[in-house]
Amino acid sequence: MALKVLNIVESAYRATLEEQDDTILWTTTAMRGAGADVDVLLRGNAVNYGVRGQDASGLQFGERKQTHPPRLDNDVKRLIDKGAKVYVLTDDAADRGLEPTDLVDGLEPISRSNIGKLCADYDQIWHW
Amino acid sequence: MAKYLLIESRDPFDSNDVANFYEMASGLIREGNEVTLFLVQNGVLPARRSGASPPLTSLTRRGAEVLADDFSLRERGITEDRLAEGIQPSALDIVVDHLANGSKVIWH
Amino acid sequence: MSDKKTITFALMDPPYENARSTTALRLINIAAQRGYNVNVFAYEGAVGLPFTKQSPHPNAVHGHDADEEDHPLPHVWIEAIAASAEAAGGKLDWINCGLCVDERGVHEALDFVRRGSPADLWQWAESSDNTLVIPTK
Repeated sequence: MALKVLNIVESAYRATLEEQDDTILWTTTAMRGAGADVDVLLRGNAVNYGVRGQDASGLQFGERKQTHPPRLDNDVKRLIDKGAKVYVLTDDAADRGLEPTDLVDGLEPISRSNIGKLCADYDQIWHW
Repeated sequence: MAKYLLIESRDPFDSNDVANFYEMASGLIREGNEVTLFLVQNGVLPARRSGASPPLTSLTRRGAEVLADDFSLRERGITEDRLAEGIQPSALDIVVDHLANGSKVIWH
Repeated sequence: MSDKKTITFALMDPPYENARSTTALRLINIAAQRGYNVNVFAYEGAVGLPFTKQSPHPNAVHGHDADEEDHPLPHVWIEAIAASAEAAGGKLDWINCGLCVDERGVHEALDFVRRGSPADLWQWAESSDNTLVIPTK
């Protein structure tokens, strides 16, 4: 039976400016490109990755400008467009003052009380 | 029903989200799963009887096995007689046992 | 049919920053001593764990010269784990995320360490009995 994995992403905005992306969303996208059956649950501060209109542009160090700042909402959207389910923990979003309309289309809301049910759908849970 | 091993390396004194991880353990029990919560590193600090330990004891009463890494306990000078009700010391080997036996193992 | 287990670990922390690195090596060591096949995918800062330019140093506060201090070097511990795995009839296989190595400039690694990508982690996960991700924070 093919392996099915849920990547839970919790740590957020950790070196995203240096990396120009979130490395776990990146690796999930890369694994899906290699045929992996892997979905994502955004929890904790990572729920903010789903917020529309994030703008990390404009960094400049001396004369050196950052030319490709991270576009995390786009990266979430790309995963959804590639067929991944991307869940967002509604309790954590609400705790951070987020409304459903703040979030990109295609995110699947899930409440904390339903994480146990969600985990049952996957062979392995990788918490990043 | 599946077997879950949840590994908590963080402590509630430093990290708010520890409570959410305990709650995840509770939710998995409610769904009928067999759940072990393994405390390691600073995750063992609330295992010492204190104001922070009742949530762990409560988990054991709901059916979770709560274990604390014996090395992390010793490293922090936490002796077995100071452990909160329901928490047992354990060797780290138990994590490899669960991995080998196909439990769903989740690190936090 | 062999009952030898294969376990994959994904690590993210750089050396000397977090207790997770030590716990990860303790777990890998236990699996190695059981004769399991152990795969390690080192991602981000964890690619520095098998970096062979880590050097011992004296410690004046401890009153030790470099030999007396015998300062732990993760690459030495990893090499010892690999030897232990082999002695027990298993194998330690280690892949460093290649892009993570490049951006950190830590190319000098133990001989058996290979370069790879997330596709390798997935391939290992599919062929292992289980996988444990130990994330950074």
